[in-house]
Amino acid sequence: MVAEIGQFVLILALVTGCFQGALPLIGAARGSRPLMRFGDNAAFVQFAAISGAFACLTIGYVTSDFSILNVVNNSHSLKPMLYKISGVWGNHEGSLLLWSWILALFGMAVAFFGRNLPDSLKARVLAIQGLIGVGFLTFILFTSNPFERISPAPLDGNGLNPLLQDPGLAFHPPFLYLGYVGLSITFSFAIAALIEGRVDPAWARWVRPWTLAAWGFLTIGIALGSWWAYYELGWGGWWFWDPVENASFMPWLAATALLHSAIVVEKRDALKNWTILLAIIAFSLSLLGTFLVRSGVLNSVHAFASDPARGVFILIFLIFVIGGSLLLYGIRAPKMKGGGLFAPISREGSLVLNNLLLSTITATVLLGTLYPIFLDAFTGAKVSVGPPYFNATFLPFAIPLVVAMAFGPFLAWKRDDLAGIISRLKFALFAALAFSGFLWWWQTGTPVMALLGMGLFAWLLVGSVLEWAERIKLFRGPFANSWKRMMQLPRSAHGMTVAHIGVALVILGITASEAWQSEHLGVMRPGETVTVGGYDFRFDGAEAITGPNYDAVQGTFLAYKGDNKGVYLYPEQRRYTDPPMETTEAAIRPMLSADLYTVIGEADGDGGYAVRIYHKPFISWIWIGAFVMFAGGALSLSDRRLRLGAPGRAKRASAVSSAPSEAKG
Amino acid sequence: MTRKKRRLYFVLAGMSVLGLAAALVLTSFQDSLVFFRSPSDLVEKPIPAGRNFRLGGLVEEGSIDSQGVTHRFRVTDLNDVVQVTFDGLLPDLFREGQGVVAEGSLTEEGLFVATNVLAKHDENYMPPEVAEALKKSGQWKPEGND
Repeated sequence: MVAEIGQFVLILALVTGCFQGALPLIGAARGSRPLMRFGDNAAFVQFAAISGAFACLTIGYVTSDFSILNVVNNSHSLKPMLYKISGVWGNHEGSLLLWSWILALFGMAVAFFGRNLPDSLKARVLAIQGLIGVGFLTFILFTSNPFERISPAPLDGNGLNPLLQDPGLAFHPPFLYLGYVGLSITFSFAIAALIEGRVDPAWARWVRPWTLAAWGFLTIGIALGSWWAYYELGWGGWWFWDPVENASFMPWLAATALLHSAIVVEKRDALKNWTILLAIIAFSLSLLGTFLVRSGVLNSVHAFASDPARGVFILIFLIFVIGGSLLLYGIRAPKMKGGGLFAPISREGSLVLNNLLLSTITATVLLGTLYPIFLDAFTGAKVSVGPPYFNATFLPFAIPLVVAMAFGPFLAWKRDDLAGIISRLKFALFAALAFSGFLWWWQTGTPVMALLGMGLFAWLLVGSVLEWAERIKLFRGPFANSWKRMMQLPRSAHGMTVAHIGVALVILGITASEAWQSEHLGVMRPGETVTVGGYDFRFDGAEAITGPNYDAVQGTFLAYKGDNKGVYLYPEQRRYTDPPMETTEAAIRPMLSADLYTVIGEADGDGGYAVRIYHKPFISWIWIGAFVMFAGGALSLSDRRLRLGAPGRAKRASAVSSAPSEAKG
Repeated sequence: MTRKKRRLYFVLAGMSVLGLAAALVLTSFQDSLVFFRSPSDLVEKPIPAGRNFRLGGLVEEGSIDSQGVTHRFRVTDLNDVVQVTFDGLLPDLFREGQGVVAEGSLTEEGLFVATNVLAKHDENYMPPEVAEALKKSGQWKPEGND
């Protein structure tokens, strides 16, 4: 019964979507208010209907209703409740339903918060959202129906891949999707603006928070994914330039570029065409990312589907969305007038540089990701593009990007003087050189790239803090004055500083863990001790244990330094029964200074076990940094000026006049 | 500054960055393309010693010989065989008679030194390249009887 209700409301959502995609557009063209208003109501109905469908599927999972094929394939009655629920989106059909649900949620948010948007713009945005929804719902209903029944119902399900039974991965897809789908809103705004033939700063004020939110979710989603790879796959690596990772990294790069170019549109009314193009590209990459992972084009844990009907549908959908929007862009964009002029050395100039570097990186990643697919399709040759390619093309652009990141916020709008900025940044330059020099002296034989990375970390960290200190005139005059300035500084300015510091922390984590990692690989017998990275690891042996739905061999290590009591680590080698599979559970002791990482492997039949021990300095800072970046985004999003539907233009004007020096921000 | 002059600056900056990107892509692409070969492919289209590639096939029955963390085994597509050596922890689903993909390079003597070994992710999964290689060598048995 539940499945039939789910199926029914899903069809209802599709029909609603068709009307939502058509009527408001006609209304906006004819200036008919009731037709335009229809979009709002349709967005609410759409959200209610897809919520219903999602609830029905969740009930199916929670109650282990094995008459539903999707539940049979991906669940098991013995599975812990958390993974029964995360199983809803841990498969192709369910994940698409989640995608559509978030799409409807955001569509409703526009309808609800967008009361102060011009009627025609809002109607068009909602119509585009409706059309995207129609695409996804059609795909779900005709090729990937989550409510398909199976008769006779089996007694139990096939279970979920144990690698996916993990809290990190349970929440990785929802965050990524919040990001992907958030970019659908900026896409809809871009298309609506092209139809209207008009982009103004008010438009950018709407696009920016959505981009910021999408970017924040993508940041968290990618961080969760890499954290999962780090502790669950047991290889100690956290980023492999795997196509599946690149699929989420490309929208993130585009969103980062969009985030920065939208500022120029908002503040200076320039770079409009480029921003619209970026919005289209960012969403296209999101669609590409979703389908690359979900269509079975890529071979990995993620690829569940391999049905040709799906592939053809996806291809048509991508061509329609990407081709159609670029065509519209080609027709309408040249008619739009560019705004404020600026010199190359200016805030705008630095943001253009940011965009140039980020889009170049995106393009090289895209090439490396798609090349094997095209080569396979046209010649049948099987190749993969390895990390050397990505490192060789990523770093030469990422390094100048980080150098420019410290400069950008210092620059004034319109034009500025580079020599003056350099003299204001001399302390950051000194910090970078001193830090690298110290490391070179302290850790002889450190690779040049590591010194460069640590220098960049110090440069960006100190540069960001300096800029923030300068804004609040820290140590220049009474502290109370600085405090007052700090309280008055817009939250988006604080947010930028925090996010940039987050990037600096990520650089610290990556560089230190790559350059100073120690490793031990070998057979250890109970009682044996090895020293890795200054820690002694004593192996106390291994024993068989039984978990809720697996059996395991669990090793015991005592890791200590000097006379410290030390910590125990219990890595496992698990054998699951449903589905039958073995996994490696690394035992990790995360610390701010380093992670201790132990893995236990096969027994050698003679009392010994193959083990792998890593000491990874500062690696936690990769994820701490990512979280700090997210926090910066959230802080910026809480800015009153960016708050959705923020009233009070007058209020803003008075805030500016009481602090005239902040006009820069 | 005029609009035209500004545009010129940006076009020049854009072109130089893209030019640099193209140069980097061209220089690094050939070296970082990792080809896939089955043992029979390797006979037809040999890969020079020292060049990184991925070798795929089945782990030959009875060929695994492990000394501590050094593992020696043979990869076969049931027509040809390649001897492989690997230092490290083998993946969880590494089994005799099962699909495997190893990344590494050949020595002058024709021994494949693997830097990384990937096995199937779960019991039902066969690396697609391996499946195709087996189909080509005429030894493909449909999934389900493994």
